[in-house]
Amino acid sequence: MMLDILMIEDEPNIAEAVRFILMREGWRISLHADGAGGIEAIRAQRPRLVILDLMLPNRSGEEILADLRAEDDLGLAATPVLMLTARGQTGPAAEQADAVLSKPFANDDLCALVRRMLGQGGDGG
Amino acid sequence: MPFETLVAVCMGYVVLMFGVAFAADRAAQRGRVRWLDHPLVYTLSLSVYCSAWTFYGAVGYASRSGLEFATIYIGPTLVFAGAWWGLRRLVRIARMHHVTSIADLISARFGKSNALAALITLIAVIAATPYVALQLQSVRLSFELFALQSPGATPVTSETALWVAAGLALFTILFGTRNLAADERHHGVVTAIALEAVVKLVAFVALGVFVVWGLADGPADIVARIAAASQDPARDGWVLRPDRWTALNIVSAAAILTLPRMFQVLVVEAADEERLHVAGWAFPAYLFAMSLFVLPIAVMGAELLPASANPDLYVLTLPQAMGQDLLALLVFLGGFSAATSMVVVCTIALSTMISNHWLTPLRLWLRRPASGEETDDLRGFVLNSRRLAILAVMGAGWLYHQASGGSEALAAMGLVAFTGMAQVLPAMLGGLLWRGANRMGAYAGVGAGSVLWLVIVFLPSVGIGRLPPLIDGVDPLAFAVFLTLSVNTLAFIALSIFGFPDPVERLQGLSFVSAIQPIRHSRAPGEDRAEPLLAMARRVWGPDQALRYFRAQAAAQGKSGYLPDLTPAFLTALERRLSGSVGAATAHAMIDRVAGGMSLTVSDLMDVAGEAQRAMKEAQRLEIATSELERTARQLREANDKLTALSVQKDAFLGQISHELRTPMTSVRAFSEILKTPDLSDEDRARFAGIIHDEAGRLTRLLDDLLDLSVLESGQAQLDVSAANLHDLIERALNAASATRAERAFTIDRDIPTEHLGVITDPDRLLQVLINVITNARKYCDADRPVLRIRVARRPANGPAIDIIDNGAGIDAARQSLIFEKFSRLNDPARAGGAGLGLAICREIMLTLGGDISYLPGQGGAAFRIVLPKHPPVGQANPHAGAAS
Repeated sequence: MMLDILMIEDEPNIAEAVRFILMREGWRISLHADGAGGIEAIRAQRPRLVILDLMLPNRSGEEILADLRAEDDLGLAATPVLMLTARGQTGPAAEQADAVLSKPFANDDLCALVRRMLGQGGDGG
Repeated sequence: MPFETLVAVCMGYVVLMFGVAFAADRAAQRGRVRWLDHPLVYTLSLSVYCSAWTFYGAVGYASRSGLEFATIYIGPTLVFAGAWWGLRRLVRIARMHHVTSIADLISARFGKSNALAALITLIAVIAATPYVALQLQSVRLSFELFALQSPGATPVTSETALWVAAGLALFTILFGTRNLAADERHHGVVTAIALEAVVKLVAFVALGVFVVWGLADGPADIVARIAAASQDPARDGWVLRPDRWTALNIVSAAAILTLPRMFQVLVVEAADEERLHVAGWAFPAYLFAMSLFVLPIAVMGAELLPASANPDLYVLTLPQAMGQDLLALLVFLGGFSAATSMVVVCTIALSTMISNHWLTPLRLWLRRPASGEETDDLRGFVLNSRRLAILAVMGAGWLYHQASGGSEALAAMGLVAFTGMAQVLPAMLGGLLWRGANRMGAYAGVGAGSVLWLVIVFLPSVGIGRLPPLIDGVDPLAFAVFLTLSVNTLAFIALSIFGFPDPVERLQGLSFVSAIQPIRHSRAPGEDRAEPLLAMARRVWGPDQALRYFRAQAAAQGKSGYLPDLTPAFLTALERRLSGSVGAATAHAMIDRVAGGMSLTVSDLMDVAGEAQRAMKEAQRLEIATSELERTARQLREANDKLTALSVQKDAFLGQISHELRTPMTSVRAFSEILKTPDLSDEDRARFAGIIHDEAGRLTRLLDDLLDLSVLESGQAQLDVSAANLHDLIERALNAASATRAERAFTIDRDIPTEHLGVITDPDRLLQVLINVITNARKYCDADRPVLRIRVARRPANGPAIDIIDNGAGIDAARQSLIFEKFSRLNDPARAGGAGLGLAICREIMLTLGGDISYLPGQGGAAFRIVLPKHPPVGQANPHAGAAS
């Protein structure tokens, strides 16, 4: 069964909140907590959507995004990316993201955005 | 008038001149140069042009050749009135390059070639020797006249000339070689000469007035007499001959620029080009006044004096014959002034040239650089070589005077010298106006012209050889002038066109023709060679002046100490300053020898050409203002860079705060929204409420830390100073920190007895630091069996120190300098609640307490040293308010 969402986020409480919100909507979601190994996780799990934190230890969200867009497998390289940022503003690299969401966010906004990016509601399993 | 009176007056006059020169030198040394620098003094000093030849000889000349004498005045007048702009340019360029003589100017222009300078010096010496002899002769002749008038007086012998020569040599050595100024200016000499110029003018005009109104019946009568005289068939010499007229105008115009003494007063002694505004009209006016009465005196002399009287001495014999003893005495003093001022300035100029272009290069060549150059006193050598040169020039003049027997017509030697020095004119004008002019051309022109001059003008004039057969109907002198100058100019142009200038020459050519500052390029800057340069400068200027100059240059570069960087600008400035003392070619050679390895490349030239174009577009003359502006601009640029860096830091800081605040807020907001949903299990509800509580606590701590830091940084922190025991504080800190990762059992390694140390500080603040450091150790020490070592050192000299060292992996070197910065939290997946402000706060606290905290590298684990001040902090003073932002 295909994974819907891979979330790369180092703040455990935020990761927990997002996971809870999106699972309740019916998406299959997995977590990765470090910048290091982020691109490998995407490659291995081939999610339909990546939720990527901008500030990650070891490898930043911007770098992981650039890695992803440079993938040889064009299908993988085109994976939609939702960037989460706790900074007031984002750098130019975040422009490669398909959407950017500022922390803190309203849970409904997150759900609406994810729904739009995945093109449909969760299939509930 | 008794001859003794004359001698006494003469001695008194000499003493007066010594006194004036001495006073002016003193005033200049004390920096009171305002009236010394007056353009009028400058203008009067130019009258050194009117030597004894013009003073006595002009009347003789007019008697023989009518108006032709006027050419000697018209040539310079044309230069001053018609080309004052060119003169300004000449002075500007010469000052820019610190030119010391006409030879130095030519040499500097043509690639700082010393051989060229030496050649021009040779011509100048050859031309000047008979000219100096002429002055000595005129003094002797005038003494003789007075001696003849007073029977029984000591007979005047050739010893008079010897005494005069010796006296002048003494004067010149005293005031011409007092010191080696960076610019070759001699206030004393110039002031004395200006005074002599006044005496000359007053004497001559007084005589003229006496002749016109005392002997004749006013101007109308004089004009009638002159008209009658000019009709006298016996005076066929009075017919104006265009060839001679033109030739004489050319050589006298050239003389005002090229005679060593004229170059000395016109260019070298000029503080700036502005004084030419006044001199441009005042000097022609002076010449006009000096020439106005020449014809009247000549005509009246011929009418009233016996035919056997020497017209060259009419100015003296006329008042004597008319019984005007006082007037005669005044005229004698005028002639004496004319002769002495010429000799003094001429010998100064020649001695500078001989010393700079013959003796100093010879000495530098003989003494190749060796160790121990420090003790080599070049300054003394240059001064002594100048003194020697003065004696030599004066001695040669006297010897020539003795040998020639003093029988020449006075005018002849003057024109010979004029024609000789005119050979420098093509190279000089070409060098200033034509970038294509090059060294080979200058050699060829000056060489060919001067050899020709030597053969057909100079040698015949001293009785050796004969003039070659001449073209019919052309005046011999005019022919010689046209021939030498044509050959000279043609050779100069031809070889300049065919030759190719070397880079230094092209650079100098560009600088001269465009009148812009020369630029020196170096590709090997370094301090190591500044030391030998200083040693060299000390040899020239003496230790004090050299050190002062180097220190000032270093300060101008913003460096401390006395060794400036060898920037192109510094080397250029140093070379120009040195060339003011030893000439351009020598200075160039000296700097190259020491600084070495600085040759010019095509790209250097391109750079310079680019700079030159830019410089020409801008106003060039505001040289000082420009450098001032540049410095200001650089300061502004630096300030701006700093502000930009600060602004970047501030943005980064705000970004960090935003991140640190938003992160816990995100969890709080997300989970509070989740909590609002009804169908939540109690278990989740409790867990999420717990998360919200933790994250809210994290937010509070962050805000507390930020507030703490901002209070500390702003210097507003209130210190509560009291006595405390370090042992108690350490004990309390260990207890407080033990809650952090309480599951890990730390071995605490202490030396209790040394901890009992009383300190006066703010105990709560110090405790805060101790807790922070110990908590960090508990959090981050990754050893299997963690050990925390605490040591107190009393250090009476520096204040107590507390070392806190764990046995973990420590902090890698690259991060050690960052850990005290705000938000510099090391990668810490566990986060453990801190926002990365802890050590920044610790540092602020310790600085506020008058102490410090630093990382101790190489201790095996993470190691911090907390230093307390030797003297306790006073109240709430903050010694570094604002310093840490």
